[in-house]
Amino acid sequence: MPYVAVKGGERAIDNAHSWLAEQRRGDAGVPEVDVTQIATQLGRAVERVMAEGSLYDRELAALAIKQAQGDLIEAAFLVRAYRTTLPRFAYSAPVDTARMLVQRRISGVFKDLPGGQVLGPTYDYTHRLLDFSLLDPAAPRPAPEAPAAEEAMGRVADILAHEGLIEAHDHSADEPADLTREPLQFPAERAVRLQALARGDEGFLLALGYSSQRGWGHTHPFVGELRIGETAVEITPPELGFAIDIGDVTLTECQLVNQFKGSKTAPPQFTRGYGLVFGHAERKAMGMALVDRAMRAEELGEMVQAPAQNVEFVLSHCDNIEATGFVEHLKLPHYVDFQSELETVRRMRAEAGAHLEAAE
Amino acid sequence: MNAGYNFAYLDEQTKRMVRRAILKAVAIPGHQVPFGSREMPLPYGWGTGGIQVTASIIGPRDVLKVIDQGADDTTNAVSIRRFFARTAQVATTTRTAEATIIQTRHRIPETPLGEDQIIVYQVPQPEPLFRLEPSRAETRRMHGLSEYGVMHVRLYEDITRLGHVAISYDYPVMVNGRYLMAPSPIPAFDNPKMHMMPALQLFGAGREKRIYAVPPYTEVRSLDFEDHPFVATRAPHACGLCGATDSYLDEVVVDDKGGRLFVCSDTDHCETRRAAGDTGSGTAAAE
Repeated sequence: MPYVAVKGGERAIDNAHSWLAEQRRGDAGVPEVDVTQIATQLGRAVERVMAEGSLYDRELAALAIKQAQGDLIEAAFLVRAYRTTLPRFAYSAPVDTARMLVQRRISGVFKDLPGGQVLGPTYDYTHRLLDFSLLDPAAPRPAPEAPAAEEAMGRVADILAHEGLIEAHDHSADEPADLTREPLQFPAERAVRLQALARGDEGFLLALGYSSQRGWGHTHPFVGELRIGETAVEITPPELGFAIDIGDVTLTECQLVNQFKGSKTAPPQFTRGYGLVFGHAERKAMGMALVDRAMRAEELGEMVQAPAQNVEFVLSHCDNIEATGFVEHLKLPHYVDFQSELETVRRMRAEAGAHLEAAE
Repeated sequence: MNAGYNFAYLDEQTKRMVRRAILKAVAIPGHQVPFGSREMPLPYGWGTGGIQVTASIIGPRDVLKVIDQGADDTTNAVSIRRFFARTAQVATTTRTAEATIIQTRHRIPETPLGEDQIIVYQVPQPEPLFRLEPSRAETRRMHGLSEYGVMHVRLYEDITRLGHVAISYDYPVMVNGRYLMAPSPIPAFDNPKMHMMPALQLFGAGREKRIYAVPPYTEVRSLDFEDHPFVATRAPHACGLCGATDSYLDEVVVDDKGGRLFVCSDTDHCETRRAAGDTGSGTAAAE
């Protein structure tokens, strides 16, 4: 076989992209899926891409999902690469989730509480039986409606705080660092950790949170509250000097209430694990809250032994865009390094062979 | 694609931020400078650090060469070269001597670089100590204190067990007698080229968010011992195409009976030699 230099990488790339586009479109006899359909009917996928892509834009997330053939990590990557080119006009004021227009709100620690338990649109109590009626779509039965609550629904953690049973918020006057502008460095303050977790991989946080429940860094968690709904985002333009509402975002917030035996300086009280995620993303928000609390082990004088408690381990590996890039880069040619390894192994084998012969 | 994107993709603010990191890196040779690495439209691990460095230093009159494994025609090199041809409309070349900026993955060209050239390395893992100490908070402290004993012990252990150091690529170097540095996964064969190189050497690690540099004419020593000096190794063959006996070789499998052809990994070097009339045996080397 004559040696043919590997030429034509450029043409190969072009052809690969054409094939990909054809495969993405699929059977031309079937109507093409519309970005609006994705945005409105695949909401959970769109919201996951907005959260991990760190950009709240349903249309762009839906476009990315279409472009990525439903590969949500690839879609989040597309969104990230786009968002990084956008100018920054302002940083918003902290969102006030106590003023959230609540769709769903449940507490695992109080049977009833002001505002009540609101089940909302949840899969929790569906029986996981395939609904074959969706094969032949018909309009769903309209859901009954209730009048909107008059008053804002206070947060459960604030109820506990009245009695001093739960630690105070760690308010800081400092501007939080911006993880998208500054590199992650250790030790990382809690605001930075939460930023990293909020855009971290849902599966990674789920698994680490789960590990903490199975004894790898136990945190004795209760769901103080899980709430989902629309929250106003406000900015204060310097030329105005007062805050203006620029729109609403759907958020999922999880406040865990965790046991804490107390220390020399703090009486026994409950501690907090916090999760806040774009969109309707309960699994992610809960995983985030579990991991956030686990990572506070050192601060609270607990033994740091499990992966979920190791801040550097968690934060360095929770970003799926970084992870997928580096894992998949192994597909790139490594034949120069492999060649040097080949030479080393051959040399070591020759030496080992010589030793064996000498020994005989 | 250029509509809507700045020259060389990155906005000017970001370029200034990257240039500040580069200046600091040049001022402290071998020291890893954290920088606000951006998400690029290419995946992490595929050259995002090198691309950001190149994007920050490239001008309209630059001539860019991009290589991967020493070759200009590997798909990722093609992809990165196209990225800059598209976003910066710069001239590109495959000739080492003609380039003003050379972005590389895993090799240093065989043709010696000059003072008017910059070589940009794509770096997957900037921390030379990471296999010995995974915590970057800890390795930062070790660099601060020049606490590099663990790496010497690692080399020593190789020598006692195997008779020689068994690191064949990304072989650690001391820069300017102060910082231990990962040369990126170039074969150890290329390490000596870094020493007193007239060209500026810049290293970009996008995912790990670090930039470091070796200024021109800086001492770069591969770590070794007086009684076990560093040895650069290559496959003991001549290039099957150009006959070179001093270049780094790729091993190409030519049949399923153990036949191998050894050819220059640096495609420009090989083509230049062949154009000048050099020939190799053109046949597989016997194993």
